[in-house]
Amino acid sequence: MSMPFYVSPEQMMKDRADFARKGIARGRSVVAVQYADGILFVSENPSQALHKVSEIYDRIAFAAVGRYNEFENLRIAGVRLADMRGYAYDRRDVTGRGLANAYAQTLGTIFSSGGEKPYEVEIFVAEIGDVADDDQLYRLTYDGQVADEHGFAVMGGAADVVAGHLKEHYVAGSTLEDALRVAVAALGHGETEDRVIPASDLEVAALDRTRSQPRKFLRLRATRLTEILGGRATEQPDDAAPEDALAGAAPHQSGSDDPKDPTDQVSGATPPLEDPVTGEPPVAPPAHPGPPNPSDPPPVDPSDPPSGEPPAPGTPPPPAEPGQV
Amino acid sequence: MSESRLPLSFMTPGTSSFADFLGVQAPDLLPSRRAVPTGDAGDLAPHGTTIVAATFAGGVVMAGDRRATMGNIIAQRDIQKVFPADEFSVVGIAGTAGLAVEMVRLFQTELEHYEKIEGSTLSMDGKANRLAALIRANLGLAMQGLAVVPLFAGFDTAADQGRIFSYDVTGGRYEETAFHSVGSGSLFARGSLKKLYRDDFDAEQAVTAVIQALYDAADDDSATGGPDITRRIFPVVHVITPDGGRRMPDEEVAVIADRMLASRMQRPDGPAAPLT
Repeated sequence: MSMPFYVSPEQMMKDRADFARKGIARGRSVVAVQYADGILFVSENPSQALHKVSEIYDRIAFAAVGRYNEFENLRIAGVRLADMRGYAYDRRDVTGRGLANAYAQTLGTIFSSGGEKPYEVEIFVAEIGDVADDDQLYRLTYDGQVADEHGFAVMGGAADVVAGHLKEHYVAGSTLEDALRVAVAALGHGETEDRVIPASDLEVAALDRTRSQPRKFLRLRATRLTEILGGRATEQPDDAAPEDALAGAAPHQSGSDDPKDPTDQVSGATPPLEDPVTGEPPVAPPAHPGPPNPSDPPPVDPSDPPSGEPPAPGTPPPPAEPGQV
Repeated sequence: MSESRLPLSFMTPGTSSFADFLGVQAPDLLPSRRAVPTGDAGDLAPHGTTIVAATFAGGVVMAGDRRATMGNIIAQRDIQKVFPADEFSVVGIAGTAGLAVEMVRLFQTELEHYEKIEGSTLSMDGKANRLAALIRANLGLAMQGLAVVPLFAGFDTAADQGRIFSYDVTGGRYEETAFHSVGSGSLFARGSLKKLYRDDFDAEQAVTAVIQALYDAADDDSATGGPDITRRIFPVVHVITPDGGRRMPDEEVAVIADRMLASRMQRPDGPAAPLT
């Protein structure tokens, strides 16, 4: 009879958080930048069909990184919630704050419930007001935490590097064109070298309060982007990222804790990440696990030869069972 | 907004139709799901009257008079009966005003919802069919006197032309060529347009023609309101071109209406068509 494992709540939450972070870290970043007339979203996304930034309502937009099917689910739920609210009451009664709350509750509940896998997503919910001071930008993490961001915000794989570049170059109250140039440069900024992202690989959308229609969301297509960005150095497309082939990716079993692989079976060897919202290190970092307990069964590795195979040449044959010839 | 977790039904993939979603999630919000006591309810609420639409070389126009009636009473002088459905289409409604306005809001949300969920707009025929489905669901109420009869028009970017669709209370959908009219004054408006309409109209000529037609309808139908020159209330006119739709500002409509009224001072029956 096997004993049920005891997992402390702290460990369970940490495992779930690690799992979610690993999934999010695989994707490319999304940048949201406030400019004079609204909020601009820029992401590197070679796909023309699978959007990371979308419209929710008149003045509300949604951007996400992580697992496509999960944030698409959240996006559709948000559109339904907003449309139903606007239909039952009035268009002005649909607010970004209300939507961010609904998302926070949903993500928080899923994260802490044992029955569901935590969502590997981070999302922005943005709402523009009549003046720049009324613009709101919320960042929600996989565990349902909400942060009110000002100026600019970054989420996704290389968020630290991109945010570092933005911190140096961001100017409040700039034009759409300037904001776009800064955001694209930040996305192309790397730890070692900067690259020029091709205009066709950019997904850019904005909430623009100068639009005459009640729906303020607009996408900036490649031709417009080339016009604005113009005259840059040679474009260098990004290498294929794991998220580009999500559909075909099968879970793969390995014995090590690889931060790039959300499906690995081991957790805990990587140092705990900082708090996703505040950027602070965790209050009490759990001790690094010691060498594996010899009594523990070793993790199954598919690369190990199955035991039924013949032994490699040179090894002595196993002793024959009594009675065998 | 709700302070708790989004219900599971919100997260369930499936329909892109807002009306279908509402039917599952909050059926009481759908106009067609309401039970009305038996008997004729037709005199309970105001009725909207005449809507006119006409195509021109680069698009389509729709105009509606501003009157709502309850029996012999003028219930409202400045009601709006023509609404943008989305960027490239417009819907005008005749019949029970309360239900009609609610149905227009549902239709607007339906089109926008589909666009947001799917990332592309419905085809012109798709929009017309969705509206037919909404009207069909209202048949029970229509049989009790609460009928809603819309007129739908828009610029079909695929076919590169303006198109007009009319409906009956059972949800029958009929595409019209050139021009059409619905509502109590529609017979007179259509007769007027028959004589006035030309294929080579530009936008302003088309607007003039539909305002003339509304005047003729108001001339012979007590439920249709003509231009109210003392209060400066003029028909609601929407013009849709390949660049999208817009409501013509009242000042522009006023200029056209004033010009028409000036010529009617000379000839009250309006412009004379050649005999042969």
